[in-house]
Amino acid sequence: MTSREKHDLRCGLAFCSPWLIGLGVFMIYPVVASLFYSFCDYSVLQSPVWIGLENYQRMAGDAVFWQSLKNTLFYAALSLPLGMMVSLLLAMLLNTQVRGMTVFRVIFYLPSIIPIVASSMLWLWIFNGQYGVLNWALRPILGIFGQAPPTWLADPLWAKPALVLMSLWGVGNSMVIYLAGLQDVPKELYESAEIDGASWWGRLWYITLPMLSPVIYFNLIMGIIGTLQVFTQVFVMTGGPGGDPARSTLFYALYLFSTAFYDLRMGYASAMAWVLFVLIVALTILATKLTEKRVHYSG
Amino acid sequence: MSRISALLLCLLLAGCGGPSDGKVHVSYWEKWTGAEGAAMQKVVDQFNRLQDKIVVEYLGISDVDRKTLIATAGGDPPDVAGIWLQNVYTFADLNALLPLDDFIRGEGTTPEKWAERYYPVYGDMGVHRGVTWAAPSTPSMTALHWNKTLFRAAGLDPEHPPRTLAELDDMAEKLTKRDPQTGRITQVGFLPQEPGWFSWAFPQWFGGQLWDGKEITIGTAPGNLECYQWVRKYTEKYGLEQIKAFTSGFGNFASPQNPFFSGQIAMVFQGVWTNNYIRQFAPGMEYGCAPWPAVKPELADFAVAEADMLAIPRGARHPKEAWEFIKFVSSINPQARSRKELLGMELLCFLQEKNSPLRQWSPFFEQHHPHPYIELFRRLAQSPHAVHTPKIGIWQEFTEEQNEVFETVRLLMQSPAAALAFCQARVSERWAEHRRSLARHGVYAETPAPQSSFAGARPSSTINRTVP
Repeated sequence: MTSREKHDLRCGLAFCSPWLIGLGVFMIYPVVASLFYSFCDYSVLQSPVWIGLENYQRMAGDAVFWQSLKNTLFYAALSLPLGMMVSLLLAMLLNTQVRGMTVFRVIFYLPSIIPIVASSMLWLWIFNGQYGVLNWALRPILGIFGQAPPTWLADPLWAKPALVLMSLWGVGNSMVIYLAGLQDVPKELYESAEIDGASWWGRLWYITLPMLSPVIYFNLIMGIIGTLQVFTQVFVMTGGPGGDPARSTLFYALYLFSTAFYDLRMGYASAMAWVLFVLIVALTILATKLTEKRVHYSG
Repeated sequence: MSRISALLLCLLLAGCGGPSDGKVHVSYWEKWTGAEGAAMQKVVDQFNRLQDKIVVEYLGISDVDRKTLIATAGGDPPDVAGIWLQNVYTFADLNALLPLDDFIRGEGTTPEKWAERYYPVYGDMGVHRGVTWAAPSTPSMTALHWNKTLFRAAGLDPEHPPRTLAELDDMAEKLTKRDPQTGRITQVGFLPQEPGWFSWAFPQWFGGQLWDGKEITIGTAPGNLECYQWVRKYTEKYGLEQIKAFTSGFGNFASPQNPFFSGQIAMVFQGVWTNNYIRQFAPGMEYGCAPWPAVKPELADFAVAEADMLAIPRGARHPKEAWEFIKFVSSINPQARSRKELLGMELLCFLQEKNSPLRQWSPFFEQHHPHPYIELFRRLAQSPHAVHTPKIGIWQEFTEEQNEVFETVRLLMQSPAAALAFCQARVSERWAEHRRSLARHGVYAETPAPQSSFAGARPSSTINRTVP
């Protein structure tokens, strides 16, 4: 290495150093530390003591851990496909040639830029069993069948579906990505399909979806990661880390947080975090394998 | 390059230097904002004015317990932390607080005598495993609050609150109204889950026990099952869906939609602070305060006490000065005859409209207290059946599990016996693990010893508070 190259390297490193230090101090160190703590009895206030696999063994027999995992998977299984379908549908609608389209796009994207805490407060009122606007709308419809609407967040049976419903409100981000993907689909493909007499369904199935497949795949992976870590809205809307009512909304991240910062079992919580990491990696690999043959990259 | 480093060094040094007024600056973190924070600020100002060596700096922060915890773990805690009562036992177990005993002895008294200045239930709070870890700042005491207007409308004597559990259930029934057309509940007399803050103490109210000082007994002690059967009875009586629909319209405590303030519920267990909020959100509301109705005749004047606690985190820079402040907040001017002469604890409790935890009340505090029922709260503070948060280092987890029992029972998801059995097994396991962890860290090598008892703080034989 010439002295000139050495100088360049030093300068280069110096210029990236804020980022390198930030990554090291705030990302790599905590990640490595949490792996170490996951094998320790660690309460934050005292120094960690190595206990081997005890935290992981305990997790296997922890009924509340399994319940939180079940809740999270239930939520993900509902919210993820529903969210992907709704955002794709919206993107397709917002890709049509209608006057004032930019205004519609803004309107549908707006909810995504509202802070989650603020929108949670809003949905808290929408879901209010007595005065909520949702039940105000549902009551006359269900009344025809002699049924009363559910009390949503106050009902252990309906609290998770309520949160799924709310998650649909925030599909703006993935919608925009779909929209960009849709606009990338070459027009000539549709034109030739139309000449060949393809129906709307045919065009959707044989052109739009295959061309969009990398985008769908991307949204799927991001969706898996996001839904398995759902936290803020539940914490705000169900009033803390308990997952009320009756642990029906005790999601994985919520249980992890309360274990770490309320019960002061940081070692156990670190182990939970690593199990979640492995779970997300496994699901991502599974999703990649399952979709491998259906994701087409053009160009 | 060297010039820049010199400049940086100067900036760094300037940042490190404390205020140069020659006084010791004590940092004090507290949970209160609003009127309660303003009241404490006045006490801090009073302390700063009355001596010239220490300046206490009040900082109101949210999540004070978790922030104190992180700061203590990081080695840079505040000098004084205003934590919740339940934190005291956990933090003490984890060696995160400085014992106050030596400071107390330095005042020429003993920890026992120091505690005796308080009513027993409060004097006992800061003591865990025979060591004094914290001192109460403001206390609270709970009582049955009832809406006199609703009593009158239901044909009940508004000056006669329920004295026994049977009367409570009976009056609750008479005070419950339904819409004649839809059958929907429009008003209830009483619900165990409203506000639900003290439901952890219900088993003790029924003569039961949460733990015996050594082992968890929530699933085995007599009285507990009866308690949760009573909770379940309320849902069965009014119907699960009916109750859900009715209570889902309840608003926050600090709002006019608070169901007690809005007349949707006629009787609630609430704390001494309620008067303050009634004036704000339901001015003119006619209400009364009475002791908790007796479940067992031998357990008259049952009450739940709490307190905000002042403690010195381990690693605090100015522990001596921090103690001076805690001592000041724990003191009064026994001769005070006007608002201006109120000192320390009494100024704080007067401004926050709470009872004083100390046995001695000054003439002004006694006669001019803003709470119309303060005498009742004072009486309850002396009750041998007043209980407070159990002194167990895993109370956070315990109370989460106990809340699950309460919730699953009242939502008819589990039978009381099954819910209690699950809770018993889970909390016992957590408790064993906690003890194992303490032993591992060498904090307490053995299972907790029975704590030292001193006059007044000894639990009564009928209701075992927290110690064997």
